[in-house]
Amino acid sequence: MSDAGKIIAAAGLEQLVRLLRARGFEVWAAREQAEALSLQPIESAEDLPRGRIEAAEAGKVRLVASGRDAYFDHTLPMQGLKRLVSPPEERLFACGEDLVPHETPPAATPKAVIGARPCDLVALDTLTQVFQDGPQEDRRYRARREALFLVAVNCARPAATCFCSSMDTGPRAEAGYDLALTELYEPEAHGFLVEAGSAAGGELLEALEGEPASAADRQRALAVSEAAAAAMARAMPSDVEGLLKRAYEHPHWEAVAERCLACANCTMVCPTCFCGTVEDRSSLDGATAERWRRWDSCFTLDFSYIHGGAVRKETASRYRQWMTHKLAHWHDQFGRSGCVGCGRCIGWCPVGIDITAEAQALADALPAAKEA
Amino acid sequence: MNDAAAALAEQGGDPGLVPRPFEVVGTRRELDDVVTLELAPLDGQALTFLPGQFTMLYLPGIGEIPISISGDPARPERLVQTIRSVGAVSEACCALQPGARIGVRGPYGRGWPLEAALGRHLIVLAGGLGLAPTRPIVTWALENRSKLAGLHLLYGARTPDAVLYPTQLLGWAGAEAANVMVTVDRHSDQWSGRVGVVSDLVPELPFDPALGTAMVCGPEVMMRFSLQALEGWGMAPAQMYVSMERNMKCGIGWCGHCQLGPHLLCRDGPVLAAPQVSDLIGVWEL
Ligand SMILES: Cc1cc2nc3c(=O)[nH]c(=O)nc-3n(C[C@H](O)[C@H](O)[C@H](O)COP(=O)(O)OP(=O)(O)OC[C@H]3O[C@@H](n4cnc5c(N)ncnc54)[C@H](O)[C@@H]3O)c2cc1C
Ligand code: SF4
Ligand code: SF4
Ligand code: FES
Repeated sequence: MSDAGKIIAAAGLEQLVRLLRARGFEVWAAREQAEALSLQPIESAEDLPRGRIEAAEAGKVRLVASGRDAYFDHTLPMQGLKRLVSPPEERLFACGEDLVPHETPPAATPKAVIGARPCDLVALDTLTQVFQDGPQEDRRYRARREALFLVAVNCARPAATCFCSSMDTGPRAEAGYDLALTELYEPEAHGFLVEAGSAAGGELLEALEGEPASAADRQRALAVSEAAAAAMARAMPSDVEGLLKRAYEHPHWEAVAERCLACANCTMVCPTCFCGTVEDRSSLDGATAERWRRWDSCFTLDFSYIHGGAVRKETASRYRQWMTHKLAHWHDQFGRSGCVGCGRCIGWCPVGIDITAEAQALADALPAAKEA
Repeated sequence: MNDAAAALAEQGGDPGLVPRPFEVVGTRRELDDVVTLELAPLDGQALTFLPGQFTMLYLPGIGEIPISISGDPARPERLVQTIRSVGAVSEACCALQPGARIGVRGPYGRGWPLEAALGRHLIVLAGGLGLAPTRPIVTWALENRSKLAGLHLLYGARTPDAVLYPTQLLGWAGAEAANVMVTVDRHSDQWSGRVGVVSDLVPELPFDPALGTAMVCGPEVMMRFSLQALEGWGMAPAQMYVSMERNMKCGIGWCGHCQLGPHLLCRDGPVLAAPQVSDLIGVWEL
């Protein structure tokens, strides 16, 4: 295998799908559903939303024709990779009065994702840090993470809501993939640069039909990423971490709360939001209790409940919790940002609240940090 | 790891959120609404802990709650927890009878930094049920008294009827080893002791503030006033510790419920040094 990767023809995608299926993977990708993208199993490369692109803005995401027949002019399905490793709900165990727990083993079907975006790979790594590197390892998470094969696609045409460049998470994948594709859509040839990022990826690359990539091919791929970065319209203000830590009591939170519905959409689509809860449900026969784990959101009133009442009663304090956790406290807790700049929360917010705009509004309203 | 957990681990399971079965071997009504449970693990493996750590107690079909360990760290064969009945799970815990079973996970969290008090005056400042998570400090301190310059327990309860562990408090107060001061917010005819909030006792401490280390636990306002009183008295904030409370659903850093600003309390706390919370403790709805 050549470290420089291979050039495959556009039609080679079908072979990639076949090879993955032959290795026992269920293949998943973004598919078009009701003018939106949804992460779903696919049968063939035919199922990819070829020639489609998101028209995205705050509060609105819709697929439209991209004007050419490239495979990956679109970017992100509504869901990140989160649900593949941390399902929205799952049964943990059941037990009766004797308290002897009977575990439900995790279902960890091998899955391959074609078209995982750079930001989503960083988000997956962020989740892995929470569930595998904390006080205890989440074996369920690990089993599902290890069963994933990730085919990254380096972005060619960022959506208007994307801001990965300013978060240093894209638009070119640095790590976290088995294979990475860059689509080379040129008048004379339409194909992909395929690079391997793991041993399993290397093995698959061997099997793919194509030509060893040249230095010039790699330059063409880098140019795609540079153009994508240059086309990015949104950005997060710099030093947002320090900014938010000076803004706990700022009146701007009230201004956001006047628009925010506390609907929790942003936390559901966010690929790094990891909050969950555990609850009891009775089994059908009522003889045993079942313990279920499910996603939760800091936008709900119950989330912060302690005896005597919720700590965060107002929408303003809940929005502050969400945004400050993502952009500031995550650094304290995990040594990195909890936002990867995917822009999903901007597009899927029913009232179009934009995390970059709210951060900028705070930056404009607050004096800069004093020089040390 | 217990057998059940090991078996689950074999299956690729998740001991993280799966409790171990314990049996109730003793109960003691402390107050109208407070019960201490003594629990023994069915697998015989003692749950060793550090003072200040907590467990998650689970009753099937009802729920799971974080409760501090209030027993003697040198005698971990019995898991001792003191619970106030305030809602569904705590009420069901308080109603348990010997022979009943209960699920236990843990111990979790960072406890009190006892080594920080070695050679110094150890001050325990507790309010209300805050005496439960701090009782293991006192037990430890009495067993290690020669390593401390002094031991001071300042305890405040709302009323004389709400004084927790009264017999034990009397025992400690009678011993040479400890300086015990108890106060109530509202007194009754039978009460001849002090009246007032516990933080008011701080200036009466008979030594140089620079020689003390304080461990504070109680309602959040009580802790705020206690830190202010200690600082006003002349103690450096770096010598003060508090145990903070937020909703907790996992105890192991997975659920996000226990955040207090930058801290995941189940992982980084519940015990934190005062400088870690001084910017946070008064912030609106944090
Ligand atoms: C680290 C820690 C140590 C604690 N130690 C003790 C102790 O030693 N003794 C004691 O009596 N109480 C202690 N508490 C408080 C105790 O956890 C709550 O009183 C209990 O959760 C109430 O649950 P409930 O179902 O009875 O009440 P409800 O009011 O019905 O609560 C419903 C649910 O909300 C959550 N919840 C409610 N209050 C709290 C709370 N204060 N903290 C965290 N989650 C909460 C729980 O998930 C609970 O099941 C401690 C809390 C924490 C965080
Ligand atoms: S906060 Fe918004 S932009 Fe950042 S990772 Fe989450 S959904 Fe994406
Ligand atoms: S945020 Fe960056 S990496 Fe993510 S889809 Fe948009 S351009 Fe691609
Ligand atoms: S209690 Fe779940 S993260 Fe702390």
